[in-house]
Amino acid sequence: QDTQEKETVSPERAEEAKLKAKYPNLGQKPGGSDFLMKRLQKGQKYFDSGDYNMAKAKMKNKQLPSVGPDKNLVTGDHIPTPQDLPQRKSSLVASKLAG
Amino acid sequence: ADIISTVEFNHTGELLATGDKGGRVVIFQREQESKHQPHRRGEYNVYSTFQSHEPEFDYLKSLEIEEKINKIRWLPQQNAAYFLLSTNDKTVKLWKVSERDKRPEGYNLKDEDGRLRDPSMITMLRVPVLRPMDLMVEATPRRVFANAHTYHINSISVNSDYETYMSADDLRINLWNFEITNQSFNIVDIKPANMEELTEVITAAEFHPHHCNTFVYSSSKGTIRLCDMRTAALCDRHAKFFEEPEDPSNRSFFSEIISSISDVKFSHSGRYIMTRDYLTVKVWDLNMENRPIETYQVHDYLRSKLCSLYENDCIFDKFECVWNGSDSVIMTGSYNNFFRMFDRNTKRDVTLEASRENSKPRAVLKPRKVCVGGKRRKDEISVDSLDFSKKILHTAWHPSENIIAVAATNNLYIFQDKVN
Repeated sequence: QDTQEKETVSPERAEEAKLKAKYPNLGQKPGGSDFLMKRLQKGQKYFDSGDYNMAKAKMKNKQLPSVGPDKNLVTGDHIPTPQDLPQRKSSLVASKLAG
Repeated sequence: ADIISTVEFNHTGELLATGDKGGRVVIFQREQESKHQPHRRGEYNVYSTFQSHEPEFDYLKSLEIEEKINKIRWLPQQNAAYFLLSTNDKTVKLWKVSERDKRPEGYNLKDEDGRLRDPSMITMLRVPVLRPMDLMVEATPRRVFANAHTYHINSISVNSDYETYMSADDLRINLWNFEITNQSFNIVDIKPANMEELTEVITAAEFHPHHCNTFVYSSSKGTIRLCDMRTAALCDRHAKFFEEPEDPSNRSFFSEIISSISDVKFSHSGRYIMTRDYLTVKVWDLNMENRPIETYQVHDYLRSKLCSLYENDCIFDKFECVWNGSDSVIMTGSYNNFFRMFDRNTKRDVTLEASRENSKPRAVLKPRKVCVGGKRRKDEISVDSLDFSKKILHTAWHPSENIIAVAATNNLYIFQDKVN
């Protein structure tokens, strides 16, 4: 690497080059609408209220299987409640890799 | 203890409120200065603790609403009770904190335990009297201002008219009257018709300390808009627009992200505003829109770490900034439990650390220094050793004295000037 070239490049540009080397598909505009949309959607969880209410109705008649040791894993007859769902993390890593 | 998410002194500095990630508010009160111990200045003790917000789930939007308290703002005291606003992402609440130190005793129809007495057994009438009791501090929610924000509330600000306040989310700002909870006026709306065209969001907003018609809001693009509510009902057109011109040769992938303003605060005088972006604190004169009058580097050594700070999301950390009572010193937080103070007059600055390991109670804090490469002196810490999980985002300065409150994750530190 040419050390002289490094001295004339600002630290920010050097860091940008590092980032682009790691994530070659990084979009050009980090402050663009994809990035901001992720910010606005914080807290989104996927949850079916129909399932949940049906399960609550069923519970009067029979005991539904309770949540297993791994709360985040929804399997079998277990109907998820809002608390059980893993937070769908608004992952910026995904957006960095997406175009 | 939970992570502290906001810290605020009230207008006299007698009370200090903290909000945390679990939705609780803890209020500290300064003890009266004792004539017997004049060298020991009033310390802050817990005065009241209450649960302000609970976690909620919006089934319609599949949205989890955190109970984390984003901001607390005090109302000026108008009677014996204290009032404060606290907000999470969606709902603002007005809380009344009041004391009860007397209770009535000597009822005729019930005895001291509260059991009813047999009326036929009563031969004399007595007048109940108020007797002192152990101090009880009660917090009651007086107003709930809900369902007015589609996006996440980042700021609340009480107007100098003491009758209204504003709440700001990513795209809109609403004006409320304290007495009315089922309506608010929308005064700023930057939501584009087509969300694909979204380029910036509102990051902070505040009313002018004296002019009840004026407020400012900052954006993710590093700009500040000052608006006058007298000009129009909807203040989408600013009266003043503050932006520092960018040096195009310096532009990088990170430029816009690090220019995003995380906090904006009017000076007590109302003549200046201070803004905090990722690496600097800037002071602007309201009469000069084209550039700040002062720029202070908080931790410029992070410029060569931006790649990893982007990867671990630290580049999105929102630091706050505060003025001291006379607007001569400004303070803001950094990483590794460091916080920085800048004296605007002497141009001197200091880096201090809020941690139990490195300072004993009542010991004078030792200034810290970050070494940026080359030889590291004994007391210095190198950039690579900084702990980025220990961030000081929230600090507060007493309105008139040199007492500061610093929130370091889940610990609250209160520092005072050295007493001679």
